[in-house]
Amino acid sequence: MNGWPNDRGLYLQLQRLSEFINKTKAEIQALKPSVMKTDFLPKATDQLDAIVEATAAASHRIMDSADVIMELAGRMNPEDSQKAMAAATSIFEACTFQDITGQRVTKVVETLKTIESHIDRMIAAFDETADGAAQVAAGVESGEAEKPEGEKKEGKSSTLDGPALPSHAPSQADIDAILAGDN
Amino acid sequence: MAVDLQMPVLIVDDYATMLRIVKNLLKQIGFENVDEATDGGAAFEMMKRKKYGLVISDWNMQPVTGIELLKNVRADADLRATPFIMVTAESKTDNVVEAKKAGVSNYIVKPFSSEILKGKIESVLGKF
Repeated sequence: MNGWPNDRGLYLQLQRLSEFINKTKAEIQALKPSVMKTDFLPKATDQLDAIVEATAAASHRIMDSADVIMELAGRMNPEDSQKAMAAATSIFEACTFQDITGQRVTKVVETLKTIESHIDRMIAAFDETADGAAQVAAGVESGEAEKPEGEKKEGKSSTLDGPALPSHAPSQADIDAILAGDN
Repeated sequence: MAVDLQMPVLIVDDYATMLRIVKNLLKQIGFENVDEATDGGAAFEMMKRKKYGLVISDWNMQPVTGIELLKNVRADADLRATPFIMVTAESKTDNVVEAKKAGVSNYIVKPFSSEILKGKIESVLGKF
């Protein structure tokens, strides 16, 4: 008698947990993870690659123009020449945005690929080709759900994490202090 | 002793845009003899064939990164004295410390100005 209320309470908790898991499975199925993998993510990756290509092409065009300015500066009087050279230098300095943009975008693409690999595992786990979302929602085990996750790919690469956001990045002065210190 | 502006300089970056920018800024500083490589492996091979007075390398490249290039250079008896400046958008303290331990001569954070580049080169090679 003593254990009955507790056992019943435990049973109810497990029942609610089971219902929650089944509902979550159905919601994940409704997201159509295979469509996300075959359509959304590749499109997003292509768009991001296009950004890198477009900024690179634009940067080279801008620098072509800066080269012309520098060439013309050689024919100007000294004062104007100095101003033109300073302007051209400033243009070249500003074009470093393309490299940083490219690195940031590459990092986002890597993140999308990580998401894609997780979706792969999710698709395998729910085996959506078998009996569909309704059966998953009804708690039918697909047989794939207990598959091991497989090898993780998100270990630290030999390259870096990408450019830090300005608010989180040490300044050149901070770097100089580290190099000058005893670390 | 004055810096020899005719010395060969090797710049290493996998972004064509950055190679062009750095080469141009070096030209304005006075360095005309500038070679380019697009990763650490190619750079190391070039260094084996030609003596460079300065290497300016990006960190984040594939397949051989800038830090790997630096370590290879410092481990090579013929190349270990080559001044080596690391240029990277990544400025995490741990990475700076790693580069320092590996023997980097100086470290520039992107984006940088012509003045910063000149100042760092002067701190490595001397005033010019």
